[in-house]
Amino acid sequence: MSSTTAWMVVGATSALCFSIKLFGYYVPERWLAHPRLQRVNALIPISLLSALVVAEGLVSKTSVVIDHRAAGVAVALGLLFAKAPFPVVVVGAAGASALVYHLH
Amino acid sequence: MTDERRQTVRDALSVAVTVGTYGVAFGAAGVAAGFSVLQTCLFSLLTFTGASQFAAVGVMAAGGGAASAIATASLLGTRNALYGLQMAPLLRAQGLKRVAAAQITIDESTGVALAQSRRGVHAMRLGFWITGGGTFLFWNLFTLFGALGAKALGNPASWGLDAAVPAAFLGLLWPRLTTTFLRVVAITSMAFALVVTTWLPAGLPIIASVVVAIALGWGER
Repeated sequence: MSSTTAWMVVGATSALCFSIKLFGYYVPERWLAHPRLQRVNALIPISLLSALVVAEGLVSKTSVVIDHRAAGVAVALGLLFAKAPFPVVVVGAAGASALVYHLH
Repeated sequence: MTDERRQTVRDALSVAVTVGTYGVAFGAAGVAAGFSVLQTCLFSLLTFTGASQFAAVGVMAAGGGAASAIATASLLGTRNALYGLQMAPLLRAQGLKRVAAAQITIDESTGVALAQSRRGVHAMRLGFWITGGGTFLFWNLFTLFGALGAKALGNPASWGLDAAVPAAFLGLLWPRLTTTFLRVVAITSMAFALVVTTWLPAGLPIIASVVVAIALGWGER
């Protein structure tokens, strides 16, 4: 990633995310009140976060790869089932992944 | 200060401190993805919506293009507009105060504000400002710690930082999966992303998964 690309991502993401927040304070309520829009909007974070888990944990470039990261994600899943708090989940996943990375 | 007021402040501060410390994971993820410490900190100051920030650096780390990163992060941020819609009549903030309110309109500040509804509108306002302001403070502070820490550690894979990012996404996703239908949406989206990975450019499967949200959210259920 070039420095220009990095700055563009930081700048554009920040500008758009802030504009979206401010938009909510100015838009007439009926514009966003459509039930279909609300239903889809509620599902968007779930779809994107799910895809991000896969893309970050099981994919390298454009192929599906099971490596040390998958071990980390598996441990994270187990910790979430055990109702562990967020920091424990993240640190547990990192620890498991690092362990597999070094054993390999 | 009345007992109820004190309870609202306590609720707000506990959320702000807990969520704020997660900033350390974002700081580390930003640097591991190839952003500088300054750029990573600017994300937390200016973007200030956790899932979108993780998405922007996550798509870049996955080899995606800038447009894909920006679009994915923005789509994840659209829910904040709906929060603003709920908060606007409650806060009645004008001018610069409204700009500040918009910037701290996130899952946590809206959640705490709405949870105070039985304590009245003043408690809701108090909950919003303290949760939003407190989270902003701690999130930025811990982003800096995480970014400096990751820079000092070096190779991200050696410390498991490359697995910490998908784990963070899973941790953000988990509390949202409150019904069977939402779990079906999550599993379908994961399967969809896996299937399209081999024939879409890197980074695109993430934003493409929105079609699952549209398809499953279109009809009434």
